[in-house]
Amino acid sequence: MRHEQGAAHAADGYARATGKVGVCMATSGPGATNLVTGIANAHMDSIPMVAITGQVGTALLGKDSFQEADITGITMPITKNNYLIKAAEDIPYIMKEAFYLARTGRPGPIVVDVPKDLQFKKINFKYPDSISLASFKPNFKGHPKQITAAAKLIAASERPLIYAGGGVISSEASKELLQFAEKCNIPVTTTLMGKGAFPETHELAMHMLGMHGTAYANFAVQECDLLIAIGARFDDRVTGHLARFAPHAKIIHIDIDPAEIGKNVGVDVPIVGDVKSVLTALIEKVGPKEKHPAWVAKLEEWKAKYPLGYKDTGELKPQYVIEQIYRITKGGAIICTEVGQHQMWSAQFYKYDKPRHWISSGGLGTMGFGLPAAIGAQMGRPDAVVFDIAGDGSIQMNIQELTTAVNNKLPIKIAVLNNCYLGMVRQWQELLHGKRYSHTDLCNNPDFVKIAEAYGAVGIRATTKEEAIKAIEESLKIKDRPVLMDFRVAKEENVFPFVPAGQAINEMIID
Amino acid sequence: MEHKHTITVIVHDKPGVLSRVAGLFSRRGFNIESLAVGTSETPGLSRMTIVAKGDDEALEQIMKQLYKLIDVLRVYDMPTDTAVEREIVLAKVHANANTRAEINQIVEIFRANIVNVGEDSMIIEMTGESSKVEGILKLLEKFGIQELVRTGKIAMLRS
Repeated sequence: MRHEQGAAHAADGYARATGKVGVCMATSGPGATNLVTGIANAHMDSIPMVAITGQVGTALLGKDSFQEADITGITMPITKNNYLIKAAEDIPYIMKEAFYLARTGRPGPIVVDVPKDLQFKKINFKYPDSISLASFKPNFKGHPKQITAAAKLIAASERPLIYAGGGVISSEASKELLQFAEKCNIPVTTTLMGKGAFPETHELAMHMLGMHGTAYANFAVQECDLLIAIGARFDDRVTGHLARFAPHAKIIHIDIDPAEIGKNVGVDVPIVGDVKSVLTALIEKVGPKEKHPAWVAKLEEWKAKYPLGYKDTGELKPQYVIEQIYRITKGGAIICTEVGQHQMWSAQFYKYDKPRHWISSGGLGTMGFGLPAAIGAQMGRPDAVVFDIAGDGSIQMNIQELTTAVNNKLPIKIAVLNNCYLGMVRQWQELLHGKRYSHTDLCNNPDFVKIAEAYGAVGIRATTKEEAIKAIEESLKIKDRPVLMDFRVAKEENVFPFVPAGQAINEMIID
Repeated sequence: MEHKHTITVIVHDKPGVLSRVAGLFSRRGFNIESLAVGTSETPGLSRMTIVAKGDDEALEQIMKQLYKLIDVLRVYDMPTDTAVEREIVLAKVHANANTRAEINQIVEIFRANIVNVGEDSMIIEMTGESSKVEGILKLLEKFGIQELVRTGKIAMLRS
């Protein structure tokens, strides 16, 4: 990698694409501090990662030595745990513990800081067979009493809705979620992190909820009488105005992290446990009985009445580009994104039927995440078609990693939806600040095609619908290097639906 | 409802643990009123007693977050009615020939100790529950308190 931030995001992308622990390494001081954004990103999205940093020698610690930074102090609030190793003999078990903690229970990033003198020491290598920590015992199996209580609520409900998050993916519980939803005929809406946890082409799929969710998902949340939250954390981008969120619903909350229960909303039946294990037990206890046909019909009606869409004005629309990527890749690509409008359109207009095909920075909203994440994803899944759908603002935040992709012959497809704006911020300035645009105009963007070529990648420009289709088809033929497509899209297109921050989620601007 | 809570945290006796625990309180918007740390009955484990004021729900969230720290073994909210609570205070009070007798009297009533006497001041040591400590300090105030040190509250459940 060319920048430590890129390394952290690549480890993160690798972890999301494969389900394994991602690893990145950096030197001390500025190397370590450059990892910080990537570590915070993994922490917010519960991604298993181990970041190994160099540190000045033990004799120089605490003396403001050259390239010394207190990285364990700095990363304390953004890691699951971290270690400053003080003796070489501790390295084997701390490494084992780090990987164990990163992937066990609710996943997260771990930092291991290794002073230079310890890296040079010879020791008798003793590796523990297993790790057992008295102070870390996550509860995997849901309490049977709670599961019975949940089953009762489900049986009594007339308008149930499943709200599934990233926890379903980290728990590898997509199969169980599908079985559960089908057995009880309960519609499923997913968070941004939960995309792919439930097949989006399924008839029960209500797609994403929240700030840029579908109108029908948000209406469903506001009308349901039972909300079953599975591996999700009631984030403010999901709930909007908290007191007015799901006002008629009893809530069942399944999560492995007890601290998430009751953090943002009161819960009627909490179940602390691993999603896969809890769903397996719950499936045994429920239906098939009432199929609440009136409710499902109502949702079908909303789906038909408020579909996702955009106005075809003849210009090249960003949504059109994503629809074409979906059509041409037959929905099978791994889609990484940066952060902004292009991210929301990628969430809306590409349909994800399988987990680990949607790789996007959710909680932290890190611009510059997509390209390095795509590198990590492609390294982990060499046979997959990997896209980074980017904006012209975001792509410039880690564009140096094009070199890494070229050097490693990674055939990543970078689709820049270039509207010459920091589009999401521009949209807020248009709709909420009376079009007083401030620092969002990127009219002095560089020539992205030339940049791609300078790095040794392929650059293609597309300004019309025909050129866009040709560019995507062309990019799929290239197998030995990255391709950057510069799609010149309509400049002032907005992401809809849009729930302005602080409003209830059914108070959307739909178009 | 805002309440004052006494929280006991059992932690591994390792460098950085205090900062992990204290950082969590400040990050989640809690002001720590007092914090006392020392070794416990089990070698390798320390006991922290933290007094913080806050909303009951927010406090529950803090306790859950404390549990997530890998070096934290146990967390409990001490119920005030079934716990023995103590704090030690040292106060250097301005004292001269005219006031010494009155100060002596106050010290006796509160069962405090005079541990040092100087020409124009004396140091008073006082152990007790917070209300008792506050009581003596209020009475000593008028003589002029030159220096004040408090250990912070420690607490133990009654058997």
